[in-house]
Amino acid sequence: MYLSVATTHRPATDLGFLLHKHPERLHEVELAFGKAWLLYPEATEERCEAALILDVDPIGLVRGRGQGDGLLDRYVNDRPYAASSFLSVALARSLRTAMSGTSKERPELAESEIPLEAVVTPLPARGGQALVRELFEPLGWTVELEPVEGEGPTRYLTLRLKGRARLSALLNHLYVLIPVLDDDKHYWVGDDEVTKLLARGAGWLETHPSRELIAKRYLKHRSALAREALARLAPEAVESAETREGRVEPEAEIEKPLRLNDERMGAVVEALRASGAKVIADLGCGEGKLLVRLVKERWVERLFGVDAAVIDLERAAKRLKLHLAGGPPEGRVTLLHGALTYRDRRWAEADTAALVEVIEHLDVERLPALEQAMFGEARPATVVVTTPNAEYNALFPNLAPGAFRHPDHRFEWSRAEFRAWADRVCEAWGYTPEFSDIGPVDEALGAPTQMAVFRRAGA
Amino acid sequence: MSRMSRRERIERDDGTPRTLAIPDFALVVLIGASGSGKSSFAAKHFKPTEVISSDRCRGLVCDDENDQSVSADAFELVAEIAGKRLKHRKLTVIDATNVRAPDRKRWIELARRYHALPVAIVLDPGAEVCAERNQGRPDRPFGIQVVLRMTSEIRRGLGGLQREGFRQVFRLDTAEAIAAASVTRQPLWTDKRVDTGPFDIIGDIHGCADELQILLGELGYQVAWSGEGSGRAVSVTPPAGRKVVFVGDLVDRGPNSPDVLRIAMAMVGAGQAYCVQGNHERKFGRWLEGRKVTIGHGLQQTVDQMEGQDRDFREKVTAFLDDLRSHVWLDGGRLAVAHAGLKAEMIGRGSGAVREFALYGETTGEIDEYGLPVRADWAAGYRGETAVIYGHTPVVEAEWVNNTLCIDTGCVFGGELTALRWPEKELVHVPAIRTWFEPVRPLAPVGGSPSAQAQADALVDLEDVSGRRWVDTSLRGRVVVAEENAAAALEAMSRFALAPEWLAYLPPTMSPSETSTREGWLERPEEAFAHYRERGVAEVVCEEKHMGSRAVIALCRSAEAASQRFNARGGETGAIWTRTGRPFFGDAAVTEALLARLRGRVEAVGLWEELSTDWLLLDAEIMPWSAKAQSLVDTQYAPVAAASRAGLSAAGETLARAAARGVEAGALRDRFAERAGRAALYAEAWAPYVWPVGGVDDLRVAPFHLLASEGRVWFDREHPWHMAIADRLTDGRVVAATRWRTVALADEAACADATAWWETLTAGGGEGMVVKPRDFVARGPKGLLQPALKVRGSQYLRIIYGPEYDAPEHLSRLRERGLNGKRNLALREFALGHEGLKRFVDREPLRRVHECVFAVLALESEPIDPRL
Repeated sequence: MYLSVATTHRPATDLGFLLHKHPERLHEVELAFGKAWLLYPEATEERCEAALILDVDPIGLVRGRGQGDGLLDRYVNDRPYAASSFLSVALARSLRTAMSGTSKERPELAESEIPLEAVVTPLPARGGQALVRELFEPLGWTVELEPVEGEGPTRYLTLRLKGRARLSALLNHLYVLIPVLDDDKHYWVGDDEVTKLLARGAGWLETHPSRELIAKRYLKHRSALAREALARLAPEAVESAETREGRVEPEAEIEKPLRLNDERMGAVVEALRASGAKVIADLGCGEGKLLVRLVKERWVERLFGVDAAVIDLERAAKRLKLHLAGGPPEGRVTLLHGALTYRDRRWAEADTAALVEVIEHLDVERLPALEQAMFGEARPATVVVTTPNAEYNALFPNLAPGAFRHPDHRFEWSRAEFRAWADRVCEAWGYTPEFSDIGPVDEALGAPTQMAVFRRAGA
Repeated sequence: MSRMSRRERIERDDGTPRTLAIPDFALVVLIGASGSGKSSFAAKHFKPTEVISSDRCRGLVCDDENDQSVSADAFELVAEIAGKRLKHRKLTVIDATNVRAPDRKRWIELARRYHALPVAIVLDPGAEVCAERNQGRPDRPFGIQVVLRMTSEIRRGLGGLQREGFRQVFRLDTAEAIAAASVTRQPLWTDKRVDTGPFDIIGDIHGCADELQILLGELGYQVAWSGEGSGRAVSVTPPAGRKVVFVGDLVDRGPNSPDVLRIAMAMVGAGQAYCVQGNHERKFGRWLEGRKVTIGHGLQQTVDQMEGQDRDFREKVTAFLDDLRSHVWLDGGRLAVAHAGLKAEMIGRGSGAVREFALYGETTGEIDEYGLPVRADWAAGYRGETAVIYGHTPVVEAEWVNNTLCIDTGCVFGGELTALRWPEKELVHVPAIRTWFEPVRPLAPVGGSPSAQAQADALVDLEDVSGRRWVDTSLRGRVVVAEENAAAALEAMSRFALAPEWLAYLPPTMSPSETSTREGWLERPEEAFAHYRERGVAEVVCEEKHMGSRAVIALCRSAEAASQRFNARGGETGAIWTRTGRPFFGDAAVTEALLARLRGRVEAVGLWEELSTDWLLLDAEIMPWSAKAQSLVDTQYAPVAAASRAGLSAAGETLARAAARGVEAGALRDRFAERAGRAALYAEAWAPYVWPVGGVDDLRVAPFHLLASEGRVWFDREHPWHMAIADRLTDGRVVAATRWRTVALADEAACADATAWWETLTAGGGEGMVVKPRDFVARGPKGLLQPALKVRGSQYLRIIYGPEYDAPEHLSRLRERGLNGKRNLALREFALGHEGLKRFVDREPLRRVHECVFAVLALESEPIDPRL
């Protein structure tokens, strides 16, 4: 909420001409979300400093936004205080001319590099001090950082930039990079945001080593927009944009070197095909990664995808192009909102069920309900279950000892534990199991993923 | 209708005006050529909504009632509408020509699917009459040939209508007969809903005549025998107004089937009993009729016993057996009796499938190790409102499962003969005199097994919770749960909540008091007092509101009690869950340790004995807040404190420097100083609610409601009673006290005193207080009152509304808050919570309890300002 710009160029008070704001007055700027104040705490020949203070209306922020549409964080949050896209908007509104690099009174000064110093606080830096340096240092700034003290460590910094540059360059750098560090926007990011980014980034973003990250974050991780921006910036850079700095699943991050997910899906598809599956229920289908692969297989007659999360089902429908031209024929894929701890007759006709990386997302105490629903009630001829092999976790370099691969995992089993469970289930419900490994096998610790194929006796 | 003799079929026409007696639930198919007067006939004898006309459906499909090209679609529509009506057990009339057998086949199938009797009414005034009528209608431009062809086709098919499946066929073959005919409706043979009993329903007797007489004696019936040999007769005198319902299987296996038959026949004949057909009656009847049957399953005994009986008795028995109902539907629809049970969609209906199901039940097609068919557990899936009493499958003990009860307790196998008194729902047993017949399959399941209901309950069906739902509550009538809310709750319930067996209750949300109008305040006790005073409440209870996390605690005396009452499987002695049903502690050991503390206190004050229970459900607050909310503090509250302090102090300092050198920023400087002051207060606001927890000793649990215990929901006790129990449970350490007081609302001094008490509490870092009517369930002139209102302290509200909420310019806007949505929600959730507890205590099926709990969670997904 606080930004100051100072210069020691002589006469320093020329800063007032560059900013188009008189140093002896208090300037008030009306904004949609409150007010901004611009004033000069110091204005001498030697040094002149202008400060932009944001006065965000914390009540106005949440009023008229649809009551209750969200949790308490909508009401008690740092937005009125942190340096964020609010500050960028205030900059653009109050210092438009200065940002464009023109000055009626001092046109040549606006064009020249002068000694500048800027302070921004509190700056929420997602990515830490290293990222702040990565973003500002390539632009020629000397970066000084001071953590903002709280009860414990906070993610806020006081940022101090020093260097020689045109004033407009400094302002544009801040305009773009503050929300990039905050990694958020208070407004909806639409297509025109690409144009804005390109305008503000003119002359420096094209060559910035972190331009992909900047584009991606500035456009709020809307990858299509980020790709468009990059394509317009530097057409050859597009391919790599996908791979860096996405909001990836933590599990995928940990297992990444193995491309385990691909291998797992391949193994499951193969196990399903080998079992003679025709009508398959993918339980806990999530966004439909397995369904997308199965829908292409000719031996599959019908598919059910069941998940408890409506949003995942919507994504799965999109991924599968359900009810769209070019999508699977009507009736080939059925997505169902359901839960595995309840009896559900809607997918009863499936001869095969797949539970791919699903059981570990249920509390162990709830497994008996799943077992009964699956093996006791639905009783498909074949059930394919995969789950992490906890022993293998020791081989993941970026996984703390004892930690799970995903924060939502309720348990991760060793091979012996998985087998004991599978054997008990088979004993109780009349199935026979067959175990296999997925992924590279370590001699001592096994493979990263373990799979069991359950066959109903007599099926 | 009184039952047709099965041999009677086509009603002949003798010229006198005809009365067509049809069942009040049937699919009536009109058959007649174009112009035969079907629509007029239908309009005369049936309600417009009962008649589905193919012409009308053609019109609906394409605007032209005569466009034959859309017939296929039009008939699909007819079938669709008719199907929906039949599903709801509504008489339906198909108004179409239905000339050929293939045209009619569809209706027969439709009737079968919904177990409605198909009735054919043929209108045949002759082709000339039809043609003449058609001539007068410009929309029917066809000649007599068409009508002639139709008429002859109808006449050719007449003889086959029975074979096609029509249970009744009426033919009206002159224009006069059609005009003169009338239609009457009669209840189905099985529909005895008008008979409200009371009833004594008796299980499978299998020739155990002595046990039957003893049982009838126990039930208060007097049985008097007279005569010998062929003159042997019996008369029964029932207790006033009572009737017997036999569930069938009177005969076979046992020592004296003829006497059992004599008793049943005498009672049915005298209108003192109903008897439904059992599979043994079916087979015995066929044997009596001289058909070839395999003698097995104890039929031999009956055959032997019939040896000595005279011809007259045999004939009476034959007629009696031929006349038995498939099932009987009684007592205003609340009760149905069928030999092997009946699905909800079959009750009070008639079809071959109904009869077969009632006789044999449902089997999976598999054969068990004793060579007997494996029975599908239809009762586990039963969801009907009608109680179904049945026999057929011997069980060790009669146990209710989903509103069904099997009362075949295997008397002939040495078990008991059981009767159910209805509507008292009392079971009366008579032990077998001896084992008359060795069972093929042992009666008792191997090893101890959970109750039949617990077995049926092991899984809740998705259909029991999803979709738009209506839950009937005793406190507030019907509560509706929107489909999208139920969907929203599904993920939370299935992925995060405890097993439904534990979750007997979720607490309702609580509304704040009306917004205070006093300068500088958002909430004050005066408004809460006024709220209840205006609604006629004389006295309220004020309870200190702990700033922790709401918890519901199921506390059992032992792991065994937990297994008995909550079907716990893991040896746990209770459970603690949050207001959204999640386990309160991630670590089961912490839960058990806390339960042990509480159990020690309950033990010490003798509450188990006092309440004759071995389990309790408690509503409580567990502190510190940070035990559950530390991550919220770290990610939400603390950052706001740090950011506001840093930002406001940087701004303040700059403003001060500017003001010092003469810029007109003095007022702004002061305002920012004030803002910084509020931010500093905010940073301290949650300090009293945060402390490190190293073990159970660092936790505080403050119970404030005793929700339920064995056989009781304690909502009928006043709050002082609940608080007295809470006070007794306090140990001054882990089980914390809740400060409370009663306030007479008419007493101004007492109100002022309570207000001062609240000010002290909140000034000392307390969250605030909860004001409740003295009665747990309080009603005012406009119905149920808010069970509680919270009055939060001004410092606590900073956590909720943000650091600067009490700046005058903010407060004025925050005052505009609507409480109606929140309050309405609180009442609905309160009623649902109570309903769930009531059902739990009454040992209703798990799905019935879970339905209420699920509904509370679903309602919580309604968009309501979370700051309220």
